[in-house]
Amino acid sequence: MKILTLVRQVPDAEARVKINAGAVDLEGTTLVIDGMDEYGVEEALRLRESGANVEEIVALAVGPKRVEDALRTALAMGVDRAIHVETDEKLDPIALSRVVAQVAQAEGAGLILVGGQEADWDSQALGAATAERLGWPQLTWTNELKVEGETLTGRHDVDDGNESFRAPLPAVVTTQQGLNEPRYPTLPNIMKAKRKELRKDDLGGYGTQPTVRVVNAEIQTRARLNRMIDGKDPQAAAAQLLDLLRNEAKVLA
Amino acid sequence: MILIVAEHAGGKLAKATLEMVTAARAVLESGGGREGPVTVLVLGQNVAEVANAAAAVADQVLVADLPGLATYTAETWAAATAQIAGEGEAHTVVIGGSRSGREYAPRVAVKLDAPYLEDAIRLTANGDTLQAQRYTYLARVTETVEAGGPVVVVTVKPGSFAAAAPLPTPGEQYDVELDLPAPRVEVTGRSVEKTSRVALTEADVIVTGGRGVGNSENFSAYVEGLADRIGAGVGATRAVVDAGWRPYAEQVGQTGKTVQPKAYVALGVSGAVQHLSGMGKSRYIVAINKDAEAPIFKVADYGIVGDVNQIVPALIEAAGK
Repeated sequence: MKILTLVRQVPDAEARVKINAGAVDLEGTTLVIDGMDEYGVEEALRLRESGANVEEIVALAVGPKRVEDALRTALAMGVDRAIHVETDEKLDPIALSRVVAQVAQAEGAGLILVGGQEADWDSQALGAATAERLGWPQLTWTNELKVEGETLTGRHDVDDGNESFRAPLPAVVTTQQGLNEPRYPTLPNIMKAKRKELRKDDLGGYGTQPTVRVVNAEIQTRARLNRMIDGKDPQAAAAQLLDLLRNEAKVLA
Repeated sequence: MILIVAEHAGGKLAKATLEMVTAARAVLESGGGREGPVTVLVLGQNVAEVANAAAAVADQVLVADLPGLATYTAETWAAATAQIAGEGEAHTVVIGGSRSGREYAPRVAVKLDAPYLEDAIRLTANGDTLQAQRYTYLARVTETVEAGGPVVVVTVKPGSFAAAAPLPTPGEQYDVELDLPAPRVEVTGRSVEKTSRVALTEADVIVTGGRGVGNSENFSAYVEGLADRIGAGVGATRAVVDAGWRPYAEQVGQTGKTVQPKAYVALGVSGAVQHLSGMGKSRYIVAINKDAEAPIFKVADYGIVGDVNQIVPALIEAAGK
């Protein structure tokens, strides 16, 4: 089986996000491989290490030139090769799923791993849209995964708790925190990664275009009262807080 | 027509459905030429009560009461929704922004070859175009996005719209037949996290505990104690859930639930950006933490620098007076 693992490059969680002329400006921002995607890369490696029949692990990224860095990280973690569909076009998940599905088909992938909700577009759609295009089942918010032959078993979160599942391959799995602890690339592996194949591809051949247009973006933080209450006398602090919640904010009866 | 897929659980219509009706009416009233009726599709088995509740707020209700819909799966819900949207020539399909809603909505969009506006907090129509606001970058940015075409699929973020009030006359109900695919995902076990308290996504007030609470006994005494005293829901941070003090169902944040209560009381919560992305839109935020430098204070309306172990018992006592 071939595993295709998707990689997005996002601002570091602690990085400040800037807006310029109504759009998010990532110039000068520290960018990293998305944390949820990283669980997918790690899980692909672990499935192989656990003895599942994994013939090859391929990392895919779609985006501008800089996205190479995220793919290099995946290669250094241990994926076998990478495909970079290089474009400055901003594709929404529905448009992007067209690319992912075509790559999966061309590669003969049997399992796709992708982050459950990446930290740039706060979307959960890519895995599901890709599964639909391929006619595959999907398991979202997965925190335990096993592959035995052509069967996938594991556990994932649902609306009101979690479920254990069994599903046939091929399938799409979206990953999240709790699934594993991603490894750090070691120096020898970083050196080795430089010699691994990173294929460049052109978006033109995939026949896709954005279906959603971003009109505007703004940092909209609600103005907070930031009123500090002295905590030295717990009883007085408690009384003051309750008074504010009841009589000023009017959120408590 | 504008098609809303009802969210329901335990035989009850979820508040999210009433919010979706308001979102749908906002689209129709913005004068973009998208027209009604506001149609609610109820998928499930033994859903008569849910259908009646939906009829109170909708122009019409389509009911698919079928054994094949006894339990939710992404593949069956997507197939059912796309089929009804296609047959009814829906121009807008509105789905709840719950975990399951955001799981099958993209499949509906692909089936209908429609654009998808995910997790909308505002919705307006402008001619052929539907415009939505949504949060991105861990809810640090508010983006306005738009998409056009004969049909657009939308999910609506819970808590972003007011609940629709009942209409003077309930909408008509119609039974519908569906061609459902056999689901390929087999559920082999299920752990439902029940709570006797109000559901997090429906609570007006939420009391959340973080690692700063100390341990699971303190969590029960202080977080649950205060929540019960003031009639609030109970939330937890990722760290607390990972430590096994609390069930996953209570987790608030990027990998847990997104909440928007009138008041969010954070006890011993440091305020990591992943947590803020799940609760940062609450109307009032209260923070109690020993660490004066904790990032949670930056977003707090009312803050107390102090020990949860001392302040909260005083609060519980004072709240009872």
